[in-house]
Parts: sequence; structure tokens; C-alpha cells
Amino acid sequence: MNDGLGWRLIRLSTIAVYLFMFLPIVAVVVLSFNPQQFGGFPMEGVSLRWYRELAENQAIRSALSTSLWLGLQTAIISSVIGVLASLALMRFHFRGKQWISTLLVSPILIPEVVLGVALLLFLRWLSVPRSYALLLLGHVLITLPFVVLVVQARLAGLRRDYEEAARSLGANPVQTFFTVTLPLIMPAVLAGMVFAFTISFDDITATLFWKSAGTETVPTQIFAMLRNSISPEINALGSLMIVITISLPLIAGALARRFARG
Amino acid sequence: MSEAAVELRGIHKRYGDVVAVETIDMAVQSGEFLTFLGPSGCGKTTTLRMIAGLESPSAGDILIKGRRVNDVPIHKRNLGIVFQNYALFPHRSVYDNVAFGLRYRKCSKDEIRTRVREALRLVQLEAMEERYPAALSGGQQQRVALARAIVINPDLLLLDEPLSALDANLREDMRLELKRIQRETAITTLFITHDQSEALAMSDRIAVMSNGRVEQLDTPQVVYNRPTSRFCANFLGNANVMGGRVVGGEPGAWRVDAGGREWLSASTDTWRQGESVAVIVRAEHFQLDVSSVDGEVGNALQARIETVDYLGMSARYIIRPEQGETLELIHGVHHQPLQAGTWVRVWMPADDVILLPPGDVTALAPNDAARLSPEDATRLPPEDAAVGKGAS
Repeated sequence: MNDGLGWRLIRLSTIAVYLFMFLPIVAVVVLSFNPQQFGGFPMEGVSLRWYRELAENQAIRSALSTSLWLGLQTAIISSVIGVLASLALMRFHFRGKQWISTLLVSPILIPEVVLGVALLLFLRWLSVPRSYALLLLGHVLITLPFVVLVVQARLAGLRRDYEEAARSLGANPVQTFFTVTLPLIMPAVLAGMVFAFTISFDDITATLFWKSAGTETVPTQIFAMLRNSISPEINALGSLMIVITISLPLIAGALARRFARG
Repeated sequence: MSEAAVELRGIHKRYGDVVAVETIDMAVQSGEFLTFLGPSGCGKTTTLRMIAGLESPSAGDILIKGRRVNDVPIHKRNLGIVFQNYALFPHRSVYDNVAFGLRYRKCSKDEIRTRVREALRLVQLEAMEERYPAALSGGQQQRVALARAIVINPDLLLLDEPLSALDANLREDMRLELKRIQRETAITTLFITHDQSEALAMSDRIAVMSNGRVEQLDTPQVVYNRPTSRFCANFLGNANVMGGRVVGGEPGAWRVDAGGREWLSASTDTWRQGESVAVIVRAEHFQLDVSSVDGEVGNALQARIETVDYLGMSARYIIRPEQGETLELIHGVHHQPLQAGTWVRVWMPADDVILLPPGDVTALAPNDAARLSPEDATRLPPEDAAVGKGAS
């Protein structure tokens, strides 16, 4: 209905922006099905060759499993700490609350390189060697703010009288948390977990600093592979990551909606 | 007869420098329906929350059934609370909401089932067991909240403005319903409201609160007809409050000068001649039908109607007497209210002219005092903010 020149230009530029943003991603996914070693467009056929090679590549398989485990553990630890921290910040009064609140969220504000070096130097000072545990700790550190922010927002919107009603009916504080508070903030907790997982799964900067010699996550593995050659395997691996990082929030969203309905 | 269901001894609550509850000493009898009535910020919600255990008093003791409960956490007090917004658990069905409290009371599955059904029958919602709160109307949610609170057989039922979220018609129905259920269960009930008609209709006794203090604690009839403070007179119904001076007389027949006119009062208290008093004349106590006046036992005056405020069943008039300040008068209307400009003869029985110690009434110009309506009275002091903080 708005067919003036202005509107047409806006439509055109919108499409151009989206193409610019998504075309490279589409290219990666499409090329991952290209059978040629040094393939480009036009493609000569469709094959799952690189996916097969990917599946047989021991280094990539272990990187993928490291990433998945790391992401999962990060998500679980982050959300447990995040929920407890949010509860403390939203439901109790204590000295230095503002400071703790700011500190918890500050990793978002600090550049990852700085965070990476800082944690490394700190642990070197304590003479703790780099290890998987350190990597996990680091990932919890960078994902915690997201969980805290999401859960805190939900708790702020949750009227206290639900919890007061539960307590008046005879539930002690712990029972109140598990029967009333937790179910009601579950969508936010799930969202926080998904955030934590995807951030951990995608992270490369800080991971490069923290990982021990033998450990590779998917992003660091891709990085290492790129330094040698541009193998089409990378396209397949990239596509796999895209599928995981896009589908996970969608699944979590659907789960959250079911939870919310009870 | 038996010991008091609830006793407040010198209860005091402050938030920092702000006093929310001054000092309250009172006892609630077993089975009684007692209402805390007052404007927002008067401390009534804070008082209720202290009894509930949601706030702890800064000083004083709270006794429930003779046991000091100051240090007893809320979940061990055995209270039923109905919150202003009901606070039904949205992730649980009506059945599970009502059963919630029983699960912490060592009841067998069968017993829970029987008692939940019984409670839902009492509030007439048997058919709604499987529904979720979001699928219920406001009135139904209200009933579920009530069922959830009484199913645990509480020592005390606390109702925090439970009717204020309902629309007008439903509110009047629920008022009767609530009263019926309270009578059937005989649970001692503390009810909080800022609505005087709710308080008058439902209560055995009313505690009128203002500025963190109980101004008057008595039956609805006494609180309405015999206010003991200027605040009570203003808050319940419409009253003309005038600063005045005792001219002469004796107990049962005093003459006072107030609002530019002499009033005859049947006050039985003793006053000194020339003493300052607050003269309170209820707008509803004026009589317009002068033919029924026999003799001069009262205050008759000629007045012109200045403004008419038609209210349906009645009308509120501001009248200007031949001499003296304007007065507010409320009178029943059959079909048509009287027109502005009409001259009327009105009469106020000496019985209904109330004399009180002046308090701060002299600080007000008599005319302002006469105009002070309940709406003004609700626009009260700064501790609104403090109580809001405490309740949030």
C-alpha cells in the first residue's frame, strides 16, 4: 500500500542488509555439500563427503564432545550459581549488595582478552596450571552475568505474595523455593542456561588463553585447521555449529512455553 | 470467656526514621470478625503483616491464642491469608492450590481429597477443580484463595483488602459470601479495608486507624454514630466538623457556638464554659421534613441550597444558612432532588450534635473543616511512602 519511492528504497536496503549478513552463512552451508576439494561455485553435484570425513576425524570428534560437555557443564554450574545469586540480590537485604550486583555483571563489560589474560596471570601467580577445570571456571565466569541478568529480571517481576502465600500455608523457605519460586522462574532459568551454553559453545578468544595444551573446543579446532589449509571439512563443521546454536534456543523456547503452561 | 485469639501489646513498627505503626494495644476475641479501617498509609497493612509474620515489630509483643509468636516464623503460625491479588499459584490447578497447605500438615491422600472438596463446596466451586487460575474470573479466583486459606483450619484468617480488585457488583455479592463463610467456619478473622461500607457491613468490630494509631475500636454502629475523634467522624460518612466554644449549659444540654451559629448538644460529657470544642454534625443526620419537629428540642435553621450533588438514592447538598458558615447535608431522594436556590428549613436533633475535645480542629478554618470530605481524609500523611516500602 505504501509504494512511494522512499518505501521502495527502504525495502531494498533492508533486503541488501539481510543478504550481506546471511549470504556468507548460506554459502558455508551450501559449500559443505560440495564434493570437490577446492570447490567454489558453480558446484558440481551434492554429497555428504565432508560430513563423512568430519565424522571420521578423531580430532574434530573430540573437539565437538569437549565443546558439548563444556557447554553443558558451564550452563548447569552458571545457572545454579546465577539463580542463588539472583535470589540473594532480589530477596534479601545485606551490606554491599550494590557492589556484589555490579561485580557479578562486570565480566560483560570487560573485554574478553583482558579477562582471559587476567585469569591466566592470577592462576599463574597462584601456581595453578592450566587445566580443563580452569577452562570451565572461566566459562562460568563469562556466562554468569547473562544468567544473573535474565533470572533477576524474572524475579523482579515475580510478586512476592506467591512466596508469602506458600509460606503462610506451611511451606518452609526451602520448600517454598522448590514448589513455588523455582517453577515460576523456570522459563528464565532455561533461557539463562541456553545463553550460557551457546556463549560457551561459541567462545574462542578467552578459550584460547585458558585451554590446556591437549584440549581443543570446536572454535579453537577450526582456528587451528584454518592456519594450515582451508579444508572443506570446516564448512561442514561450521554448518553443524550453526544448526546447534540455532536449534537449541528454539527447543528451549518451546520447552519454556510448555513449562509456563504447567 | 476464653482467652483472646489475638493480642497486640504495644506493637510498634518503624522503617528507619519513618514510623509506620505508632503503638497498638488491642485484643481480638475468638470467632470475631474485626476490621482494620483506614486510608492508605495508616499502618493497617503493616499491622496485618506483623500479625502474619511477614514483618517483625520494632517493639511490642504479638500473641496468638495466648502464645507469644514474635519469633515464630510465618510457616509455623497456622494462619490463612488471602492476599489483595489472591496470589494463586499460576502453575497449579485449583485443586492443587487448595491442597497446597494440607501437604505440609501430615494429611493422608484421602483426607486431603475430602477436605479440599469440602472447602471448594463451601465457596461453591466444586466443578472447577481441574482448572488453572488463569482460566477463572476474578470472583472465582477470590473464592479459590479463600478456600485455600480456610482448608488448613487456621487459627486466624487474615484478609488484606481481598475485595478491592473486584468490580462493584461482584464486590457486594462477595461481601455477603465472605460474611456467610466466616460465620459458618467461625474462624477469627482480621479484615483490612479502606472502604467504609465494607467495614460497616461486615464487621463485628471496627478498628479505625490513622497515622499508625487505632483511633477508635468499637462496633460499626458506635463508630459511625458516636465517633470519638475528628478523624473517625470524617472518615466514616460525611460530617461537618467545626471548631467551637462552649457558651453554657449542663451535661445533656449544652449550648455551643460554632460555624457562626449556636448549637444545642445533648452531649453527656462535662465541659467548662468558654472551653474550645470540636462540634461534629453528620451530614446524614439533618432532617428536612420539618413538620415532624415538635417544639424546639434541637437546632432548626433556614437555609438556601447552594449546590446539589445527586447520588441516586440520596443527594448531597451544600446549604447556606441565613447566618453562619455553609453546611453539608445528605438527604434521601425519592424521585427528584431539590433544586439549587431553594429555601429549606432543616433540623438537627440535639442528640446528634457531637462534642469532642478540639484536637487540631482549631487549626482549620471552620469552613474548611465543614468541607472536609472522606476523599480529603484519604489524602493523608507522608508515611504512605514508608508503608509502601514495607509492603513491597
